[in-house]
Amino acid sequence: MRKEISKDILQKLFTTMLTIRTVEERVAELYSEQEMKCPVHLCTGQEAIAAGVCSHLAKDDTIFSTHRSHGHCIAKGMDLKPLVAELYGRTTGCARGKGGSMHLVAPELGIPGTTAIVGGCIPLAVGAALSSVLQGKRGQVSVAFFGDGAVDEGTFYESMNFASLKGLPVVFVCENNNYATNSPQSARQPAVPIVDRAPAYGIPGVAADGNDVLAVHRAAGEAIERARNGAGPTLLEFRTYRWKGHVGPTSDIESGCRPADEHEEWLRRCPLDRFKAYLREKDLLSQHDMNHVTVEVERLVNDAIEFGKKGPFPDAAELYDHVW
Amino acid sequence: MPWTKIQADEAGRPGIFGASAGTARELSYRDAIKEALAQALERDKRVFLIGEGIDDPGGVFGTTVGLKEKFGRDRVMDMPIAENGLTGVVNGAAMTGMHPVMIHMRVDFLPMAMDQMVNHAAKWSYMTAGRVKVPVTFRAIVGRGWGSAAQHSQSLQSLFAHIPGIQVLMPASPYDAKGMLLSSIAGDRPTLIIEHRWLYDQTEAVPEDPYFVPSGKALVRRPGKDITIVATSYMVYEAMRAAAELEKADISAEVIDLRSIQPLDGNAIIDSVKKTGRLIAADMGWKLCGVSAEVAAIAAEHAHDKLKAPVRRITLPATPTPASNVLEKAYYPTFEDIVRTAKEMIGNV
Ligand SMILES: Cc1ncc(C[n+]2csc(CCOP(=O)(O)OP(=O)(O)O)c2C)c(N)n1
Ligand SMILES: [Mg+2]
Repeated sequence: MRKEISKDILQKLFTTMLTIRTVEERVAELYSEQEMKCPVHLCTGQEAIAAGVCSHLAKDDTIFSTHRSHGHCIAKGMDLKPLVAELYGRTTGCARGKGGSMHLVAPELGIPGTTAIVGGCIPLAVGAALSSVLQGKRGQVSVAFFGDGAVDEGTFYESMNFASLKGLPVVFVCENNNYATNSPQSARQPAVPIVDRAPAYGIPGVAADGNDVLAVHRAAGEAIERARNGAGPTLLEFRTYRWKGHVGPTSDIESGCRPADEHEEWLRRCPLDRFKAYLREKDLLSQHDMNHVTVEVERLVNDAIEFGKKGPFPDAAELYDHVW
Repeated sequence: MPWTKIQADEAGRPGIFGASAGTARELSYRDAIKEALAQALERDKRVFLIGEGIDDPGGVFGTTVGLKEKFGRDRVMDMPIAENGLTGVVNGAAMTGMHPVMIHMRVDFLPMAMDQMVNHAAKWSYMTAGRVKVPVTFRAIVGRGWGSAAQHSQSLQSLFAHIPGIQVLMPASPYDAKGMLLSSIAGDRPTLIIEHRWLYDQTEAVPEDPYFVPSGKALVRRPGKDITIVATSYMVYEAMRAAAELEKADISAEVIDLRSIQPLDGNAIIDSVKKTGRLIAADMGWKLCGVSAEVAAIAAEHAHDKLKAPVRRITLPATPTPASNVLEKAYYPTFEDIVRTAKEMIGNV
């Protein structure tokens, strides 16, 4: 039986996905100006997962993410201005230009940071869950976002083992886009579905279509509810696809990294278009409302870019700050 | 592990930190650590201990005995044998409000956790422009003797001291063991405290009330004017014995206990070398790119014109640790090596 999703939430999901898409597209567009002097790992095509999962999270819930974290941070409520300014390396950035695209942070919003070491964020999220339990903050949840590549790493298994042992309120969210840089999952892992590894640790594993935001919303809702109620961790696997190359603003199809027909097939499964069609078909969000949201999102993104570009660069003396 | 109880090589070792004045209470290095942990747990709800078997009857060579019974299993936690994953867990807990202490029976297990220590704990403050700190303390113990061999006796301070963003402390005395542990737990910097198994029975006057020993400050253990011996951890003990021996030959040696490797108290080295004109760096690690190399470089950079003889280094030979007792003896330098080296430098052989 499916619970009705309120109109507010539908609109929020749409707005979040559209915001992520717009930011990523603008970054891709502006990147050739070479003013964003840091590697960017864009999540275009994967927006539904960040939006669907984070729609269940409160401000004091915690997320940890990876090199590909713009979407997660936006969905968790991060202001676009410090996000974009960080890409431009300005003191107005969320880490004063010390972190760049791969190290976004907003502790007051439950984003203690993101790590570019594959698999690194998974135990950190477990630690945040342990922390909330030890501090008696009942009902607080921690989420680890990571890719299929991180499933190759030992920390994935070590984290599930410990989280299950202690029954911690953590949700493991694997965004399976079938690639770790250019290596397909089949070149790195035996043909055992990622979710099937969870039961070995006494954890439920749930797979869902990562390009269907409602499916993500539903699966994540149940897992987060379980965690909030003290029923322990869940592993979620969402199949999806990244539209751009592993890093940078361009496609990697021409260079032969991935088959063109595979890419085209996934473009047809655009999570945003799918959701738009659904909303229109069910008459849940009018074209007028959609247009309104689109204009508003574009304004916010443009403001953020303007803000990012005009922020001051750090003084060279700042090099020595913040080591400790 | 019954062999850990065997201390054949240590028998009859005299204390190096002198009898305490008057009625001051004396504690062993082991008990000083235990007292620090108990006081930290007592005073600060954010503190918890975690480590492989830390709640077993042996209690990490006696340093955690009884703590689980007193503070409960939520605050004194056994853990899976998963060093990197669990280091990530304590890092995550530290980033979100806790002050964990992670305990490793051997320094040799730290390479398993290198990623979370080096790439995460040591980087987080910088990457977040100081917005998120990682107040975590790692304790790790150097084993030695009784055939501990290549994977249970390493002294890897140089590996970690190379990294900006993680403190590396090596207390040699009970007083420092307690004070450094307490300051590290209370502070907001990720800190690795390397202890030496052979120091555990050393005793010294240790105040009962909590107190802090700051990082980055070396200590002159024994003043002297002819030669400076900069030593770390257990080598402080060998250096003190050497200094006593050298005194008999009318050589006045100044012994500096480095105590803190990262940050490093360069001024203490420079001031002493300016006075004595001679320097021996005695470290428990290897020579190449080791702490002794750093100490020598500091003297070369800042006191070159005051040096009356080339700097000499007392370190481990460039091999892994052997097991056989005969080879072990050949492997570890002793006070006799320091004495001989000092006499050569002074021309009093
Ligand atoms: C420990 C580690 N090994 C290798 C890399 C290089 N690297 C960066 S991203 C990446 C692929 C990650 O794939 P996945 O986890 O599936 O995330 P995705 O990029 O697909 O979002 C690799 C191998 C790294 N950053 N960290
Ligand atoms: Mg991937």
